Amino acid sequence: MKIEEFIENFADQFDETDASEINASTNFRDLEEWSSLIALSIIAMVDEEYDVTLKGDDIKDANTVEDLFNTIVSKK
Amino acid sequence: MMTTDFNPFSLNGKTILIVGASSGIGQATAIACSKLGANVIALGRNEDRLIETMKSMTNTNDSIHRYIIADILNTEDINKLVSEVPSIDGLMLSAGRGLTLPMQYATRDKFEEIFNINFFSQVELLRLFYKKKKLIRNSSVVLLSSLGGTKIFSGSNGIYGASKAALNSIMKFCAKEFATRKVRVNSICPGMIDTPLIHRGTITEEQLQDDMKNYPLKRYGRPEDVAYLAIYLLSDAASWITGQDFIIDGGLSIK
Repeated sequence: MKIEEFIENFADQFDETDASEINASTNFRDLEEWSSLIALSIIAMVDEEYDVTLKGDDIKDANTVEDLFNTIVSKK
Repeated sequence: MMTTDFNPFSLNGKTILIVGASSGIGQATAIACSKLGANVIALGRNEDRLIETMKSMTNTNDSIHRYIIADILNTEDINKLVSEVPSIDGLMLSAGRGLTLPMQYATRDKFEEIFNINFFSQVELLRLFYKKKKLIRNSSVVLLSSLGGTKIFSGSNGIYGASKAALNSIMKFCAKEFATRKVRVNSICPGMIDTPLIHRGTITEEQLQDDMKNYPLKRYGRPEDVAYLAIYLLSDAASWITGQDFIIDGGLSIK
């Protein structure tokens, strides 16, 4: 599993935020568009793409996109 | 003056089958039914948890409680169950699963997973109990539906909500058809009840605490809140009520 691909899938959950604004070190909660619905979409995307079940707390405990990527890798 | 014997909500001598009795609302209903004099048949998948339910039950007069381990997704289990169970005066269908998933990820697989337990298995049980005449004249059926999917449409609970809306619809068709045998069918639509079903982890505990503030009565429901409504519907006090969906939500739907 590659982080580049994860970032792309992550950015895909946003409608207003340009993909160029999102990289490994982005603090995703600081993005203006961030919402609880996007958090749910990310949990669903991770389940579908990586077969990993994230909890709401996994999202809460991560700051950057890379943090979340590492959580998924550790749960693989 | 004698007033102590007056209790229109008594379940004395009634045999009541509770499906999903090993936790949450089903468990609370099983325990409360036992305290009102019913002979309870507690049905669930997990024996240890069913035994916990049994331990919390009260024996009044000469009531007899028992439990049955069955997986209602399994056709063999269902057939065995329907032949094993004696005639019943009350049936509470409270097995179910929750799922929070945005619609763009709501694949047919996910729909089937939830509909199989929340809708198809409930309807099949209800159908067989009626067809095999296990539901006797004047008996009462209570389906556990939800506020979600029937009155509120938030929180990415589309699949779950649709399964409960389907259940509410079938409830009315059954109520109409089963009235010929005076069998009553109603449903309960609760708001958020503090049971294992809502603590799945998709939503954080903090988010749940925040959500609670949206309720005019400022708390989530307790399993007993729903159990007492179920008891009313199962009792003869509700003998003129059928085909209705009852909201119990701490006032959320009037906000």
